[in-house]
Amino acid sequence: MTLTMFVQHSLNALTLGSLYALIAIGYTMVYGILRLINFAHGDVFMLGAYFIFYAGALLHLPWMVGVVLAIILTSFCGVLVERAAYRPLRDAPRISALISSIGVSFFIENLAIVIFTGVPKPVVRPSWLVSIIKFHGVRILPLTIVVPLICLGLVAGLLFIVYKTKPGLAMRAISKDIETTRLMGVSVNKIISLTFGIGSALAAASGIMWALRYPQIQPLMGLIPGLKAFIAAVVGGIGSIHGAVIGGMLLGFVEIMIVAFFPALSGYKDAFAFILLIVILLLKPTGLMGEKIEEKV
Amino acid sequence: MMGDRIRNHTLTLVAIFGLATFLWWANGNFDGYKIQIMNLIAINAILAVSLNLIYGFTGMFSLGHAGFMCVGAYVSSLLILPASQKEAIYILEPIIAPLHAAHAPFVVAVLLGGVVAAVFGLLIALPVLRLGGDYLGIATLGFGEIIRVFANNLVPITNGALGLKGIPGYANLWWNYGFMLFTFYVIIRIVNSNFGNALKAIRDDEVAAKAMGIDTYRYRVTSFTIGAFFAGIGGALLASLLTTIDPKMFLFVMTFQVLMIVVAGGLGSITGSIIGSVVITILLEWLRFVENPIIIGSFEIPGIPGMRMVIFSLSLVLIILFRREGLMGMRELTWDTLLSPFGKRGDVE
Repeated sequence: MTLTMFVQHSLNALTLGSLYALIAIGYTMVYGILRLINFAHGDVFMLGAYFIFYAGALLHLPWMVGVVLAIILTSFCGVLVERAAYRPLRDAPRISALISSIGVSFFIENLAIVIFTGVPKPVVRPSWLVSIIKFHGVRILPLTIVVPLICLGLVAGLLFIVYKTKPGLAMRAISKDIETTRLMGVSVNKIISLTFGIGSALAAASGIMWALRYPQIQPLMGLIPGLKAFIAAVVGGIGSIHGAVIGGMLLGFVEIMIVAFFPALSGYKDAFAFILLIVILLLKPTGLMGEKIEEKV
Repeated sequence: MMGDRIRNHTLTLVAIFGLATFLWWANGNFDGYKIQIMNLIAINAILAVSLNLIYGFTGMFSLGHAGFMCVGAYVSSLLILPASQKEAIYILEPIIAPLHAAHAPFVVAVLLGGVVAAVFGLLIALPVLRLGGDYLGIATLGFGEIIRVFANNLVPITNGALGLKGIPGYANLWWNYGFMLFTFYVIIRIVNSNFGNALKAIRDDEVAAKAMGIDTYRYRVTSFTIGAFFAGIGGALLASLLTTIDPKMFLFVMTFQVLMIVVAGGLGSITGSIIGSVVITILLEWLRFVENPIIIGSFEIPGIPGMRMVIFSLSLVLIILFRREGLMGMRELTWDTLLSPFGKRGDVE
């Protein structure tokens, strides 16, 4: 493997890792606050990709307007899912909400098959993102530079919200102790809605960039990236935003590099993430950055 | 009470005899489609009761059922496929040496399918059951996916994405209902034994169970392995019933259907799972009407392809939202509860 090829693979890994990281943040935030695996998150990601497709193909909106619209619509869907399927189960056993989220996930997927049809749709990409630039012999797709940069910007913005603003303080308080936070006069439901909104907006951003990177979208496209991003969140330490980013990047690099170095294994690509998960869970059950959770009696 | 026990055993025998008579009658009078549905009911009941043992009785949220079914289906199919058929379908790469000649009678093949699935279950349980709750769900889901990826890629063994075709259709009503009764017998005996009490204790409060001296890890591993065994049997029967299998069949949707039956019937209720299998299998077939055009008067409402699964998944959400305990909750339908309106209750003297 030459150096130029290695650089190219690294850029690809960085892009894929960024996309995983953005989805993983949504899982980790929801899990941190509600202790719920939001199975429907991968499907929210898929909706983001479809909204950008329809904004361009049906409404002929300018590219940037379409992006904004898609992000707003997707986060609305995320909030709606929480409102309809998780909030009524807030006091139920946790497993009920988990089953509910699996049901919602299937519901969105099947509804998407009915509405968008199962036929894969081609996404039109702005040409400046996909015209290859040569740099010292390395062929670079501008997209592979833009995606990690946008991801970096979004994560910085998120960290600012979570650590420097009042709603962010409330989010962190809820993740420590939801009951006490409620007694402190925080309107818990609003903050949870906000969390779902932010998480879904990040998933939408990821979905849009995914559609640019792999310009064939179909209703089940959220399934595998969603599962892998969840694994990234667990590997990084669920509940931790830094952990989600690190886990996402790690997963991106593992997937791209194993296929790059051992092309014979490419058929097993989808299994790497799960094997990584089982290995990490056995070695360090709380993930790389996770806090230790004591079992309460 | 002794008298009640004898009465209950007699009633069970009568019920089994009644079922056998009904099967015999159905075999002669039902068309192929109805018989197919009846077969699916039996297989779904096996799968649901085995998942219920893992989830409803031991409280382990497992999403790996499709993986175990996949193992059972491939093992038993490879054992009952005639050698000539194997040669014909392995186009990409020939089947590897010991497998091309391997052959076993149907009942042995199905049981071996279960055993191999149980071995996989044990291997996955040993590391993964050290984890609790949600992680277990994700890890077992991941395991199911890994199995599928391997089934897709180990071409000399599984024939890859092409799958296996022309599997002999031995799984008729008698075999399916026979295996169903066998599953019920074993799992009911387990649930009502001391071992079963330990499982329920683990489900209700694992920390307390541990404090009472129950080796929770060992009990959980055993329960998971037994569940995997019956999932493998269910998969093996399904393969022979449908006569073709491929890795795509064992997507997560398969687990989802079984989960739906268990949740609808009631977590921790065997009779609930049985009723759930009957109701949901029939409902899923009946729902096909939404995908066909409906004619009301002179209007024709066009059928919507895919709508069936939309309704199906929506109903799972609605069940969880409005009737979390399912049809039966944790209660069981027993001869005592069935007869109580007529005779005197056992506990009132």
